[in-house]
Amino acid sequence: MTDVTSSSAQPAFAAMVEHPAARALIRRHRLRWWELLPWAAAVVFYFAAPDYLGFGTGLLITILFALSLDLALGYAGIVTLGHAAFFGTGAYAVGLLAFHGIWTEPLSSLVIAAVLAAIVGLLSGLVLLRTRGLTLLMLTICTMALLEQAANMAHDYTGGFDGLPSLPIAPVFGVFEFNPLYPNTQFLYSLGVVLVCFVFLRTLVYSPFGQSLTGIRENLLRMHAVGSPVRRRLVTCYTISAALAGIAGGLWAQTNAYVNLSVLGLDRAATVLIVLILGGYGRLYGAFIGAVVYLALEHFLARIYPTAWQLGLGVLLVLIALFARNGILGLGEMLWQRHGPRRARS
Amino acid sequence: MGFVSDLAGILLGGLSAGTVLFIVSVGLSVTMGLMGFVNLAHGAFAMFGGYVIVLAMNRADIDFAAALAIGFVATAAAGAVLERLLYRPLYRAGELDQVLLTIGMIFIVIACTTIAIGPESQTLELPPVMEGQLNLGFVQYRTYSIFLIVVGFLIVLGIWLAFERTRIGAQIRATVDNRRMAESLGINVDRLFTITFAFGSGMAGIGGGLGAEFLGLDPQYALKYLVYFLIAVSVGGLGSVIGVYCASLLLGVLDFALKLYVPKGGTIFIYGLTILLLLWRPQGLFGRRET
Repeated sequence: MTDVTSSSAQPAFAAMVEHPAARALIRRHRLRWWELLPWAAAVVFYFAAPDYLGFGTGLLITILFALSLDLALGYAGIVTLGHAAFFGTGAYAVGLLAFHGIWTEPLSSLVIAAVLAAIVGLLSGLVLLRTRGLTLLMLTICTMALLEQAANMAHDYTGGFDGLPSLPIAPVFGVFEFNPLYPNTQFLYSLGVVLVCFVFLRTLVYSPFGQSLTGIRENLLRMHAVGSPVRRRLVTCYTISAALAGIAGGLWAQTNAYVNLSVLGLDRAATVLIVLILGGYGRLYGAFIGAVVYLALEHFLARIYPTAWQLGLGVLLVLIALFARNGILGLGEMLWQRHGPRRARS
Repeated sequence: MGFVSDLAGILLGGLSAGTVLFIVSVGLSVTMGLMGFVNLAHGAFAMFGGYVIVLAMNRADIDFAAALAIGFVATAAAGAVLERLLYRPLYRAGELDQVLLTIGMIFIVIACTTIAIGPESQTLELPPVMEGQLNLGFVQYRTYSIFLIVVGFLIVLGIWLAFERTRIGAQIRATVDNRRMAESLGINVDRLFTITFAFGSGMAGIGGGLGAEFLGLDPQYALKYLVYFLIAVSVGGLGSVIGVYCASLLLGVLDFALKLYVPKGGTIFIYGLTILLLLWRPQGLFGRRET
């Protein structure tokens, strides 16, 4: 019996694989050579620009934060302006544990940060994701403002507006110490964490779960109609995204050795949204491009003339909204398709 | 007696602040309800109007009423131009692109104001008549606050009458209900959008001027009060003038009382209440349920 089924199923499967659409789908998740470039660039950066390692660390953290937003916004289409709520939860988790001398081991602190941010994400997601559009946008802003005010009010523990200065962070693996003057350890440590998170995220978005998120973004009604558990998927996605943002926040607190209210502000939430959209959302690598372009521009322009930087950023955002909806990567893709080498359509 | 005057003080102070919030937000509510556009840059129009009014009074010695009129016209004109140039191409785009465009506009306005006028806060010199106290019989209160409350009430009445009794009001209601049907009946929806947007921007400009005395007026204004405008609009219900009025007054009184009794972090209650309210009625107090 088994023989019959396998022999009849085999050719059908082979024929399916021959179909160009099937082949494209099967190949989608395979590693391409250029996907190694960002990591190679990070290693080159480490050796080539030892004076900019502090900047590089900030860049890596921004990339991770933008990646976490990409999962919620780019893949599941949850439009949020309150993602700093989770970044801040992670940062304050690490900061409070370290400042009050409870727990200073960095890697396990990050796990705690991720779990706490995930809990906040789960609880807020369960109630917020019932709504859509402007209401959802408002609720995400309000949740973040609520946490910010709570952190401000719990002055005795969180230091209020001034925050928690000079956090003691134990050496990584008990060996490599964080040195504020030579942030080599911070950079490599952040690079490792970001790489692990990225591999996890890349696997996730190409899994059937990730595909169903894209489905929800593209056509909510149809996903309901085919029986996909839409709300549960969205809440799960929001929770995972919150956990990743929490890790980014925890890293921020560890590498800067302080936490203050800025980690929970609307500014930070708007910035990460801008970074992601600048690079292009829903495609993972947009977070990389966006963070590099944004932080490099900010670093070199804001130092010369901060107001001009704000003006330039504003003009850039308006231009992107009007002409380049898919960000820098989307623009590149369009140019590639128009002028690049002709390839067989897939 | 002390208790009564305290209570009256909180109510009047809160109502006057809420009235300013309403005058700024009403345009946002109508344009969001009518066009479905997430316009985060609305506060920038209020700021623009506020600057025009304050500068007209301080540098050109124009009196208060005339300055308000100039502020309305200037902001409405700016609104009409920007609606044609920037907003129109994005009516059919997603919320994300609209958020991005309007955040970009906020940054541009903040930067331009800082460059052209400077980062310092502008002060509004009220006419002497407004500065005095007015005896209401049971309590004495600042004339300006009472003036604001009365003006706000007249504006609500005016907008309500315009909505219910004029031809253009009927067209707006028809377009909110069913845009395609309105278009096929020959209503020029594009023109309607521009007029409504310009009017809403003009109102925001007046609100910026009226509120400059106690909200302050500096380049960060557009961002600082954004969350309050959005709360007023979403709690009141998109497109509902009465809803925004009630929500603004409520928000004004609540904020005033909390700042008095819980000076540190009292706003946490406002955010909490907003979340609870929006979970209970996602469409806002007076909004209609989405179909």
